[in-house]
Amino acid sequence: MISVQNLSYVTAGKRILDDLSLDIAPGQVTALIGPNGAGKSTLLALMARLLRPDNGRITLDGLDVHRTATADIAKRLAILRQEQAPLGRLTVRDLVAFGRFPHHRGRPTAEDHLKIDTALDQLALSDLAGRFVDTLSGGQKQRVLIAMVLCQNTDVVLLDEPLNNLDPAQVRVVMDAVDHMARDLGKTVIVVLHDLNHAARHATRVIALKHGRLFAEGPAGSVLAETPLSQLYETAFDVLTHNARPMVVAR
Amino acid sequence: MTPRATFASLCCLLALLSVASLLVGAQGIAPTDLLFDPQARHLFLAGRLPRTLAVILTGASLAVAGLIMQILARNRFVEPATAGTAQSAALGIVVLTLAAPGLPMIAQMAGATLAALTGTAVFLVMVSRLPVQQPMLVPLTGLVYGGVIGAAVTFLAYENDLLQFVDTWINGEFSAIVRGRYEMLWIAGLAAALAYLAADQLTIVGLGRDAAVNLGLGYRQVMALGLLAVSVVTAITVVTVGMIPFVGLVVPNIVSRLQGDNLRQALPRVALAGAVLVLGCDLLGRLLRYPHEIPVGTVLGVIGAGVFLWLLNVRPRHAG
Ligand SMILES: Nc1ncnc2c1ncn2[C@@H]1O[C@H](COP(=O)(O)OP(=O)(O)OP(=O)(O)O)[C@@H](O)[C@H]1O
Ligand SMILES: [Mg+2]
Repeated sequence: MISVQNLSYVTAGKRILDDLSLDIAPGQVTALIGPNGAGKSTLLALMARLLRPDNGRITLDGLDVHRTATADIAKRLAILRQEQAPLGRLTVRDLVAFGRFPHHRGRPTAEDHLKIDTALDQLALSDLAGRFVDTLSGGQKQRVLIAMVLCQNTDVVLLDEPLNNLDPAQVRVVMDAVDHMARDLGKTVIVVLHDLNHAARHATRVIALKHGRLFAEGPAGSVLAETPLSQLYETAFDVLTHNARPMVVAR
Repeated sequence: MTPRATFASLCCLLALLSVASLLVGAQGIAPTDLLFDPQARHLFLAGRLPRTLAVILTGASLAVAGLIMQILARNRFVEPATAGTAQSAALGIVVLTLAAPGLPMIAQMAGATLAALTGTAVFLVMVSRLPVQQPMLVPLTGLVYGGVIGAAVTFLAYENDLLQFVDTWINGEFSAIVRGRYEMLWIAGLAAALAYLAADQLTIVGLGRDAAVNLGLGYRQVMALGLLAVSVVTAITVVTVGMIPFVGLVVPNIVSRLQGDNLRQALPRVALAGAVLVLGCDLLGRLLRYPHEIPVGTVLGVIGAGVFLWLLNVRPRHAG
């Protein structure tokens, strides 16, 4: 389980996260929402030890992620960043295969290869496996990176705006993969989403951040309601019910 | 071309060039002479063979050093000879020669390596602050930085009557290589070979810091290891044969284009192609004005600059 305690992060003299405390429900999909600049990416990067907090701590099953050997954390937690640095000329399969690196440290076994094939298949990438990633479209690249995270097969998966660049059909592929990770594999998935209807459809719980503070937290149905959303984004929403789930429409 | 076909053709080319390099020289040696003529045998074992080995080791290790340097700087257009590493190594030797004249070669080497390490680390810190949207600033920074250090070397040498020495470090050539003068290069070759053990780690570091940390790598440790390999290779080649430009730049770029950046495949091919390129240029330099020689650095300068311009033209957007 992931637990955030009194977390503060300051950069360029600005307080990005301010004394944030929250617990993430294990084995479920949690959507992280909030306006641009709220601190969502920063929170995920801190959880993934890519940034160091100025105050407070983050524990994963009781281990402080910033004080535990990074190689150990890599077997338990994987992150997809909102922005990825240029990937160079690796084939899709080679890149996805590096997701297994924390487990085999350079000596892949038959099981590793199986996991790689499964991940490629799950993200509908089998046909692209031999292509160089620098020749792919934005959406194809995004799916490759998600396959890499899936391949890493960690208990905790952090996805920062995984739907970037995806067409509606591929959104489906990726969100199905997200559901699969939590429902079938029992992983804890934290996913940053801007489309509130995806949050409504796939997340069990929702965390809303605003100005670096916890704004709301709870079951999807209670956070994705007219009053909290209108206050969170400072714009009016109608929330209807569709298939027994909230459906958010900008007013 | 498939990776395996590339590997095989590079091996064949290297074998052919090696045989040519062993046979070509001011004094002809026929293969049969080696059996019956002791003087020819001596010439072969003390001159031709060391020279050929030196060229191969230099070419292979410089190409690998270039590739590692490009990963460290996260930019395809840098190499030790143009980014201050080689110049720093030369500065190290000059300072050592002035401060403690008559040191043995191994001490010079250590000093050069230390200087190369420092100089390269400073360069990497400088370029890590450059905006990523402007990849061309990295090689430009390297050129200016290397130029400044090179100028300091020349100035120090001029003031102290060492210009002749400096010339041997700056303008690489193999004509002075004989048995007993090149063996250090095996260490450079070993450093390049050891990089293969970290091939996966280096490939991952090439994906950026976040990706490396996410996959559980000690990013700084891998960077430090790469830095060490680059510095050792550069310092040793500068001290033994002198600076040889463009190998580290041109070879990794061509291999990347043909085979990609997965270092498990790329590293051996980069090493082979580096050896082939330098051996080919050395041979050319020996044949063009036979029996006189053109330094390999000059030949490479001309050929390498041409290839580099071509690379810049065909691949403007993939610099990062
Ligand atoms: N390196 C930095 N220097 C200065 N400010 C930064 C830096 N990184 C982030 N910030 C600021 O921190 C705040 C939070 O950024 P963050 O990327 O976490 O937001 P976010 O919630 O992910 O937004 P988005 O929805 O746009 O992705 C923003 O106001 C941003 O401008
Ligand atoms: Mg963000």
